[in-house]
Amino acid sequence: MAETVLEIRGLKIEATTYPPGEPPVDIVIVEDISLSLEKGKVMGLIGESGAGKSTIGLSAMAYGRGGVRITGGEVLLNGRDILKSGARGLRGLRGREVTYVAQSAAAAFNPAKKLMEQVIEATLKHGLCSRSEAEARAVALFGKLGLPDPERIGNRYPHQVSGGQLQRVMTAMALCPEPSLVIFDEPTTALDVTTQIDVLAAIKDAIHATGVAALYITHDLAVVAQVSDEIRVLRGGQTVEHGTTREIIEAPRQDYTRALVSVRSIEHQPKPPADPVLAADGISARYRGTRFDVLSEVSVDIAAGHTLAIVGESGSGKSTLARVITGLLPPHSGEIRFNGRALRPSLPERSKTDLRELQMIYQMADVAMNPRQTVGTIIGRPLEFYFGLKGEARRKRVQDLLDQIEMGKGYIDRYPAELSGGQKQRVCIARALAADPSVIICDEVTSALDPLVADGILKLLLDLQAQQGVSYLFITHDLATVKAIADSIAVMYRGRVVRYGTKDQVLAPPFDDYTDLLLSSVPEMKLGWLENVIANRKMESAGN
Amino acid sequence: MLRHPVLILVAQRIALGILLLLAVSALIFAGTQLLPGDVAQAILGQSATPTALANLRAQLGLDDPAYIRYFNWLWGILHGDLGTALTNGQDIATSLGKRFGNTIFLAFWAAIIAVPTAIILGLVAARYAGRWPDKLISGITLATISLPEFVVGYIAMYFLAVKWRLFPSVSMVFDGMSVGERLHAIALPILVLVLVVLAHMMRMTRAAILNVMQSAYIETAELKGLRPANIIVRHAFPNAIAPVVNVVMLNLAYLVVGVVVVEVVFVYPGMGQYLVDHVAKRDVPVVQACGLIFAAVYIGLNILADVISILANPRLRHPK
Amino acid sequence: MTRIPFSALLGIAATALFFLSAIFADLIAPYGMAEIVGGVWEPMSAKHWLGTDAIGRDLLSRIIFGGRTTIYVATMATILSFTLGSVLGFTAATIGGWVDQLLSRGVDLLMAIPSLILALVVLSVMPVTLTMLILVMGILDSTRVFRLSRAVAVDIAVMDFVEAARLRGEGTRWIIFREILPNALSPLVAELGLRFIFAVLFISTLSFLGLGVQPPLADWGGIVKENKEGLVYGVAAALVPAITIAVLAISVNLVADWVLNRTTSLKGGRGG
Repeated sequence: MAETVLEIRGLKIEATTYPPGEPPVDIVIVEDISLSLEKGKVMGLIGESGAGKSTIGLSAMAYGRGGVRITGGEVLLNGRDILKSGARGLRGLRGREVTYVAQSAAAAFNPAKKLMEQVIEATLKHGLCSRSEAEARAVALFGKLGLPDPERIGNRYPHQVSGGQLQRVMTAMALCPEPSLVIFDEPTTALDVTTQIDVLAAIKDAIHATGVAALYITHDLAVVAQVSDEIRVLRGGQTVEHGTTREIIEAPRQDYTRALVSVRSIEHQPKPPADPVLAADGISARYRGTRFDVLSEVSVDIAAGHTLAIVGESGSGKSTLARVITGLLPPHSGEIRFNGRALRPSLPERSKTDLRELQMIYQMADVAMNPRQTVGTIIGRPLEFYFGLKGEARRKRVQDLLDQIEMGKGYIDRYPAELSGGQKQRVCIARALAADPSVIICDEVTSALDPLVADGILKLLLDLQAQQGVSYLFITHDLATVKAIADSIAVMYRGRVVRYGTKDQVLAPPFDDYTDLLLSSVPEMKLGWLENVIANRKMESAGN
Repeated sequence: MLRHPVLILVAQRIALGILLLLAVSALIFAGTQLLPGDVAQAILGQSATPTALANLRAQLGLDDPAYIRYFNWLWGILHGDLGTALTNGQDIATSLGKRFGNTIFLAFWAAIIAVPTAIILGLVAARYAGRWPDKLISGITLATISLPEFVVGYIAMYFLAVKWRLFPSVSMVFDGMSVGERLHAIALPILVLVLVVLAHMMRMTRAAILNVMQSAYIETAELKGLRPANIIVRHAFPNAIAPVVNVVMLNLAYLVVGVVVVEVVFVYPGMGQYLVDHVAKRDVPVVQACGLIFAAVYIGLNILADVISILANPRLRHPK
Repeated sequence: MTRIPFSALLGIAATALFFLSAIFADLIAPYGMAEIVGGVWEPMSAKHWLGTDAIGRDLLSRIIFGGRTTIYVATMATILSFTLGSVLGFTAATIGGWVDQLLSRGVDLLMAIPSLILALVVLSVMPVTLTMLILVMGILDSTRVFRLSRAVAVDIAVMDFVEAARLRGEGTRWIIFREILPNALSPLVAELGLRFIFAVLFISTLSFLGLGVQPPLADWGGIVKENKEGLVYGVAAALVPAITIAVLAISVNLVADWVLNRTTSLKGGRGG
């Protein structure tokens, strides 16, 4: 029988919310959670935002963020109920027996202090060893975590190292006091996909080398499948399912888990070739006042009724390309052609018809809609603006569009704040459709959404394409999405298109180095995938 | 080391401040010279004879083009010549000297008391945010922010000087007074100035500290099991220096304005009193000189605040 | 409908009372504004509820008429500063480029000098009339409104829904009035109260210094000045208008605080 490090029994957590202008309300955010974790094991806590996974993680340190209170149950750490420890007792536990790795290391480090000071601080404060021993431990951990120049990196300030490195330093900080439990709270979520994989591998190695128990919190099942021994699926503050990683991935029992595992399993048939409707020809662009090309010599085209996916990490120039195509950023060379004729480079020069033909859907539906306008106004305005529809005719057309995006009656007079995330994005799609465009630019339209909701949006987009023959320029960093919906793909890296062709061409070997790195970095829902990839890589990721 | 980015930034900020001061001098000059009102007419009144007007215009140099008059004025100031007062023909620099000293003496003591008090009370309010000490402090703050300086002044005078006779109601100072006697004489104006800036300074200090305390790195420190005192000293304080210094400087700049009114209330022979007297007498050269000095102090304090925040920023001190 | 907190109700009631008494001063005031009706500094009595002032005028009547002047000047200055500041602020934010640079640097310059000092400089050469006071205060204070409305508008102008409107081909008018303004209204309304308080304090201070409203016209700052000598003899007449100023300022502050707390910036839907 292995030694139990953490045992949670019947945990209940409540929070007080303060709706503006109304009396405060108590809400239950976690209810009836019980779990136990043995020494040296990693448990994955997975769920959408609002599932209560971070709250549960922090309860293992008896800590509640902003108004969050643990109101029931027991949290036993190494056999003691830490909820009864009192302030002084908790201070003795935190940073010694249990430590924490935050999602954003950039914010979690004190900007005014050197890294080494912060890494060894808990170890010294708890009197675990001398300063020189602590520093030696830290340097060893830096080395183990694959940080460059482990002897000297501790002399730097947080802003002097990259995001991926900072996340590793934070892991070293958590491991330095040699705790029995570490809580990893989405440690790789803020990183680019190619950086994420290295940090993930480093964390996994460090966990195994030190034999510490860990709670690994994330929303990405494929990520957690790589590092954890068992997985607990959470939704709305309650456990949906738990089991070993193999059970969850290969034989999920609950519908919700099944949906998570098979998410983005959308299939679509290859389409017959068609004439290009929109083409970018040798586009180079730079932002005003800079002398650096954020796009250089970009040439791609979109066939009528097809989807072109632009893939790349942050900083690859993929969103800049959208700005050039819409006319927000006129290029300094090259041109955009629409139906065979050149489009004017800047927005004010374009005709109303050109503007109408080219619509855009944004990543954050919240801020893409005016919060002071109703759904009826938001969707109705393009109808009025482009087609002169007014009054009852306009309202009827809006309702037709709402039906098309599978939102029934009763939404037309609502405000965006009264809609869910997925509904907001649907309204944005309806607004684009209202203009009856031939091309819609979709800028990361699913990346702010929870996987199930994102799935629904992608299906809707494909259905609309099949019905209306609209083309999509689909900008994303998420290769799973690309595989699901693209007809052709352009891979961008540092402002250039490094690989371009039909989906089958782009996704079939032989690969160039960057595409190989990018494709191989996307976590797959397979056990042992991480080790495999790390062993077979050709190129180091840029984030290191 | 001279090429260190921080030094370059500081130098830029100071250069910008000097440029701003030049622009302000032009604005003050323009405000008194180029407005549609005729200075000579304004001084002498509607019943002035044309000859008298012409004489005064010549005396003021009003017949020269405006920009020449501006540069003459500026040139004089750069050489310590503030011009002569119209009303009594005295050299402004001489009359101002002692008054400027008096004003600085008053503002200095007000600042010495107000700054530490405000920071301590701000810390207390931040420490007990949302609890009764915080609410009490916020309530008093609301009240004092709503009171003009002269109201505070007369209330203090009525009770402390007239009813209870603790301090003199009029702050007379003269040569040969000891520092102690001087301080007793100006106790009420100091008190009023302190009350006037305290509320703002306290409220802003509280906000700055709370802002820092909400940072993720404070949570990190808590999760390391550090004691609250340790968290404040080691993690909050180094990051709170810049915002708090900024608060202090902004409020000292505010003090500059408060001084004008408080001096009038307590008939204290400082620069503010001098300025107000001469505005009423429409003595333009004096108004220009005083206005420029007040503005310069104000801008100087703002530059100082910026420079300190630049120096306290670790991102700038330790570039990549 | 959400419940209005007690403090805000109190503020609204008191503010309304002040405005009503300013509007109906002629009907309410027991005596004329400049009418000498008794001895110097008579104490409070049934005949003169607040006593009489330095030359034997009824203090209550003086304060009611003074309130009319103070509130009139402050209201007009606030309207001026708001119109000027918000129109220029929104224009700067939406047009950007050199227009924004020019306006913003101009405002920086005006704000580099304390308002009171700049007002004194200007008033030393200009005729001191009510119109001039309103102009000077309105223009100086519009700099703050400019900064606020520009900042708010810049925040909104970079949001995707404004970009969406641009991409649709909407004109500047639609973008300012239909996209930006409805979202900028709440913070501006809260600021309105604060600017009004500032204007009340400012005009009172100027009058107290003898550089604002000129006698025999009454205003609160001026009444303090007229009666300040009395304090030395223990006559509290000067404190009454002083306290009135504070009560008005606190009342408006309570209302402004409430509006500010209700402001849910961009998250609000129907309520906001």
